[in-house]
Amino acid sequence: MMLRILLFTPFLAGLASLGIASDRVRRRLITAVSFFHLACSLALWTAGLEPTAGRWLGLDALSLLFLLVTSALFAASSFATVTYLRGHELPEERRGRLSREAVFTCSMLFFLGTTTLAILSLHTGVFWMAIEATTLASAPMISYQRSSRSLEAAWKYLLICSVGIAIALVGNTALAVSIAFHPATYGLPLTFRGLAAHAASLHPVWLKVAFAFILVGYGTKMGLAPMHTWLPDAHSEAPSPVSALLSGALLNCAFLGILRTNAILVRAGIGDYSNGLLIAFGLGSMFLAGWFILQQADFKRLLAYSSIEHMGILAIAAGAGASFGGLLHALNHSLTKGALFLVAGTILGAYHTKSTRTVTGVIRVAPMTGLLWIAGFLAICGVPPFGTFVSEFSVMTVLGANGRWWSLAIFLLTLGIVFVGMWRIVIPMAFGRPPESHPSGAPVRFLSVADVPPLALLCVVLLLGVWLPEPLTRLVTQAAAVMGGL
Amino acid sequence: MTDQLVIALLFLVNLRMFATSRLDSLIRGVALQAFLLVCLAVVSREGALSWEGWTFLSVTGLVKCAVLPVMMTRALRSAGIRREVEPLVGYRVSLFIGLIVTGFSIWAAAQLPMPDGAADPLVVAAALISMITGLFLIVARRKAISQAIGYLAMENGVYVLAPALAVHGPLIVETGVLLDVFVGVFIMGVIILHIRQEFKHIDIDRLSELRD
Repeated sequence: MMLRILLFTPFLAGLASLGIASDRVRRRLITAVSFFHLACSLALWTAGLEPTAGRWLGLDALSLLFLLVTSALFAASSFATVTYLRGHELPEERRGRLSREAVFTCSMLFFLGTTTLAILSLHTGVFWMAIEATTLASAPMISYQRSSRSLEAAWKYLLICSVGIAIALVGNTALAVSIAFHPATYGLPLTFRGLAAHAASLHPVWLKVAFAFILVGYGTKMGLAPMHTWLPDAHSEAPSPVSALLSGALLNCAFLGILRTNAILVRAGIGDYSNGLLIAFGLGSMFLAGWFILQQADFKRLLAYSSIEHMGILAIAAGAGASFGGLLHALNHSLTKGALFLVAGTILGAYHTKSTRTVTGVIRVAPMTGLLWIAGFLAICGVPPFGTFVSEFSVMTVLGANGRWWSLAIFLLTLGIVFVGMWRIVIPMAFGRPPESHPSGAPVRFLSVADVPPLALLCVVLLLGVWLPEPLTRLVTQAAAVMGGL
Repeated sequence: MTDQLVIALLFLVNLRMFATSRLDSLIRGVALQAFLLVCLAVVSREGALSWEGWTFLSVTGLVKCAVLPVMMTRALRSAGIRREVEPLVGYRVSLFIGLIVTGFSIWAAAQLPMPDGAADPLVVAAALISMITGLFLIVARRKAISQAIGYLAMENGVYVLAPALAVHGPLIVETGVLLDVFVGVFIMGVIILHIRQEFKHIDIDRLSELRD
């Protein structure tokens, strides 16, 4: 029952928002639905998990973890969305029902609904459908400004991701073929769990074909190199709260599909093949991201490349069997990157440019924003005492324990490159003299309302670095067991 | 016998899509491709279809052969373009690539270990070549509308791969997939119109502000 409410509320609210004429009511609706969603997710956590065997939609530990992250991010960024919409009011004659802003609101609520559906789906086909639907729901949000750049980004996003996801559908078909060779599995419903339970009777060649297509397909959506080309464009051109959601919620959903498929291959005894591919794509993504971070001149693109780097880390963690560290890192990355994109939105609102050379002296213009920008940078680079340090360290420990020294070396090298690259950009942005064109007469407020959500997110990341509460540890451990196909 | 004929026609339609410069004939090509693939799904299937199966196939046919092509034709008219004059890969080379791809698809389909009840490998080959045609149109043509057509052609190919390999997904999932494709092409059409308004052209290779 609770699951149905969780799933249907965003869709119904989205449809309703198309018919609401008042901008203010529609904006309140976004905040209200986001917080309602968060409340439902937390209630599901306290209620405990139910068995999911044989079900198409359900909540296992893995989905609960990703659901909590998604809900928290939507709630945190809903304020920024409202601020953004207020700052970009359309002319009077373009408001009202079915206006551009109404379509934006509808897309955002549908996006929440489709990500929830993707997280809850335990059936390969339903999952595919949900992931493609997230692409469709988010494309109109990227092109909201209708500028030439945002249209270009939206077109690339829609086309590249749709093609990628079509490739994943070939993988789904191959998965369906793999059950047709053994009487024990013939006609089995294609749930991830059911496939993992009968993994030994599946046809290994078709499983390998399926994994390759699914990795390339969902990997496109997740932002793994070399299929990442849409990601920096979409993340830099979308409104900042949308970028926070794309990076923190959407990429995770695609990763979930890869994780669940990988579990089938591991159980079938061909985990070496899939794990090898995951580590190769992961290292490639990290390295490429490090390279582009070194020569970045746009701070939102910088954050986008950092997301590619962290998706690489997640892929490596999945491939090396560092389930606990990997999932913890997914949590930490989402919260940190969400906070960073929200801060980037505040900076963009104050300076009206994304160029890293023009933005200087943030800490003098808006002290708290500057502090958060630095704190976010330290957190995303995995500096202790932030939670990212714990999770990255845990992934590295597993790499070392497995004797994957080359992977560990490239991993560490890339972390170093990224740290230097981001340092060179973030520190001059935060310190330094504010640009002369900037109105220095404006009174400096230490803490503005826009800083509160990212501050809260970063506090959680900091807390996770020094103390992991017991219920969370239990949830992540259970989720790691699901990754093993149990 | 019928299926052989349909497959032969399908190969020809795909080659035509490789070689044509006129956008309206490209749209007709993708509509015909969808029609032939739906026929193939019916012909290559063993055993009788249930009434749900028939309903679903007719809805698929209606959406892919009529609704989407009509929508694309209207987008084409409002964009005011007729043909793709300077594609990134020339038409003669395209046709040559098309021939090679046809051969490759037939060879690759013969290599796969087939489950019991799967159709002729040629049906799989037809699905493969339709997918590759779509991918080729996406990378080798510069008009946004050609790329949208390429996406549709690719989806057509993926769609027929399942019946060719004797895989029958649950109806609700198949309906969801069809809905996704429909909405996807619809949103592509809307973005093409906005691009047209903003840039006065829809040449994707000239959209190059965003790069590193």
